Amino acid sequence: MLTIVYATAFYAVSLLLIFALGRRIWLYATTPAPLKIPTTPAPLTKGGVALRMLREVTVFQSLFRANKWIWLFGWIFHVSLAVVLLRHLRYFLQPVPLPIVLIQPFGVIAGFAMVAGLLALWARRFVVERIRYISGPSDHLILALLVSIGLSGLTMKFLARTDIVSVKEFFLGLMYFDWRPLPADPALIVHLTLVLVLMVVFPFSKLLHAPGVFFSPSRNQADDTRERRYVGSAKLESTPRRA
Amino acid sequence: MAEASSDFDPKEKVHGDPIELPHIQCGAMAGTMPFKAAPGHMQPLGFPGELVEDWHDKAIARLGELLDGNKALRVYLDSCVKCGACTDKCHYFLGTSDPKNMPVARQDLLRKVYRRHFTFAGKYFPSLVGAEDLTKEVLDDWYSYFHQCSECRRCSVFCPYGIDTAEITMAGRDILDTIGVGSKYTNEIIGKVFTVGNNLGLPPKALKATLEGLEEELEEETGLPIKLPLDVKGADILLVTPSADFFASPHMEGLMGYAKVFHEAGVSWTLSTHAAEAANFGMFIGSTENMQKISLRIRDAAKDLGVKRLVFGECGHAWRVAYSFLDTLAGPFDFLDPNYPIPQHIVEFTYDMIQRGKLRFDKSKNDAFRLTFHDSCNVARASRMGDEPGGQFELPRAVLRAVCNYYFDMAPETIRDQTFCCGGGGGLLSDDIMDVRVKGAMPRMRALKDVAEENGVTHMAAICAICKAQFSKVLPQYGFDREAIVSVHQMVSNAIILTGSVQAKELEESGHE
Ligand code: SF4
Ligand code: SF4
Repeated sequence: MLTIVYATAFYAVSLLLIFALGRRIWLYATTPAPLKIPTTPAPLTKGGVALRMLREVTVFQSLFRANKWIWLFGWIFHVSLAVVLLRHLRYFLQPVPLPIVLIQPFGVIAGFAMVAGLLALWARRFVVERIRYISGPSDHLILALLVSIGLSGLTMKFLARTDIVSVKEFFLGLMYFDWRPLPADPALIVHLTLVLVLMVVFPFSKLLHAPGVFFSPSRNQADDTRERRYVGSAKLESTPRRA
Repeated sequence: MAEASSDFDPKEKVHGDPIELPHIQCGAMAGTMPFKAAPGHMQPLGFPGELVEDWHDKAIARLGELLDGNKALRVYLDSCVKCGACTDKCHYFLGTSDPKNMPVARQDLLRKVYRRHFTFAGKYFPSLVGAEDLTKEVLDDWYSYFHQCSECRRCSVFCPYGIDTAEITMAGRDILDTIGVGSKYTNEIIGKVFTVGNNLGLPPKALKATLEGLEEELEEETGLPIKLPLDVKGADILLVTPSADFFASPHMEGLMGYAKVFHEAGVSWTLSTHAAEAANFGMFIGSTENMQKISLRIRDAAKDLGVKRLVFGECGHAWRVAYSFLDTLAGPFDFLDPNYPIPQHIVEFTYDMIQRGKLRFDKSKNDAFRLTFHDSCNVARASRMGDEPGGQFELPRAVLRAVCNYYFDMAPETIRDQTFCCGGGGGLLSDDIMDVRVKGAMPRMRALKDVAEENGVTHMAAICAICKAQFSKVLPQYGFDREAIVSVHQMVSNAIILTGSVQAKELEESGHE
């Protein structure tokens, strides 16, 4: 029963995530940007823009200039999350590729760092007056969700070890349409349920910043209006000009 | 004219760290807003004369249109994570302490309505995600706080996703105009551009008389027949400059500076009555239609006069529209000479002449000026000069250094791309919101105070008509001299030694002694 419920849920939620997120990304990609609005100084070429974007998504360049504390906590959280996600690949790949094997110990450290980063970010929402003012219920709930996912994951690793071999079989089974039983372990069930919630919430929440950053005109446009004519929307272009 | 509210004493506030954090004071600036436009100011721009009956539905429909037509708006409304990085970056927040002047909070005024009507979460769980209906109160907040943003983009520099509150403010003002609520100041001015040709409503005759007066002044000063040509067909260069340059100090001194540089460069140039305005308030109100209409006047003037080059005078947002938007709005400009930048900034022109050794200066003529430079937002964060990124910071400084002996920069966190707005940009240069303007100028005034005390700086140069007009008003309130604000080309004008001029002869004589 448990297996059927969770197997179905994972299929359904994955489909929802793919479609809802896909639609959002499609909208971002196809909505016209009528005018060139890069925040200058901006790179003059597409290659330069790619580098700017790379700096934004890897070292959070703008955030670094803005506020060192938010940068520190936010960066720790995101990097740890990335390592944790990579570590989790071992539950979905057979055989496990060598790099994923090698990062396993870091994955555990990252698990703690991720939760720590999140808690620090969360504390700011209470302690710093300005950030308290702009924080709404959903901002707290998302942090609660992420912290819970992290803690339930760490619980499985350190407090109530789960039958990880069966878990892997369950997920491989999902991927190859050859269902295997899911262990009825409380920590695991909590962890997976929260992950399902996160997947549902993703395309309808501020987590859209993840795809959004790549479509931000102030960051992804080159500063080249004098070198290349920019036509951003049919409407502006079709206004008659004197010949 | 509303003065800054009583608990805000500029002369006291001028001391302190420009980026000092205030404690938030909810509602500190609620209800502060510019006068609303009369029907006669709205209709010529294609807006309803007054608040329409079905304003709610019309506003939501307009928001939908904007979302479909502007990637920035769509991405920005979704992407904010409420990280707070922008919260202390807005000069209006630093000056007023009103939390709704924090960039993210300003965005949220629009975002909450967007969420309510355009997102799943906001439709079904409004209180969870801070979604709200568009009520009369929200509308009032929009009008008030979207007119306490100068669209300066300082916040967008620091946001991890580049969220530009200026785009949100423009969208907000566009929606307001669409339902019949507009700002008198901006909309009346746009109307004047359509009827008379410039923001000041200066008719061609008066313009001609002004230019002739300036020519006389120039001749008196230099002994040379320096011209300020108007509507000269077949001239090489069309100079488009803010109409303030024809009207008041220190703008006019800048215009005379351009004229001297052109004279010395030996180029043929002209102004145009049809395009006697570089400013484009269509941008401020977020109306691409009006912005395009105004821009097309420049194309028409260039065509009619048969010029080969387009040069813009000192004006911040005008340079943004010219540099970043003009070609898109009114191009292609394939009839101009491709060997020159299209368009070119007057600072680029002068800088180029200096580089090529074509201009001679006597820096000591500016020894009464210990200068600093105010980077104007739209030049700094929305355009470029020269061939390299950041040229917009280097070129004006290079020009100033070439013409004066004493130059000092203000604190690094208040200049270049982190520059603080003068407080009067984005269509806020209106006396009915003097309170907002004075408070918004605080960070800049503090930075100026610092260099005044530390380096004995006496004057601040700017390349924007709005900055100059704003500073002329607020400098005295902060205890500075009203004339402490100068044009970059005013400094050029002071120091330039034109070939064959009185100054050249004087210099030679003193050299021979
Ligand atoms: S910096 Fe950007 S993401 Fe952070 S709160 Fe401000 S607008 Fe939102
Ligand atoms: S654009 Fe400038 S004025 Fe507007 S919110 Fe951002 S920092 Fe403030």
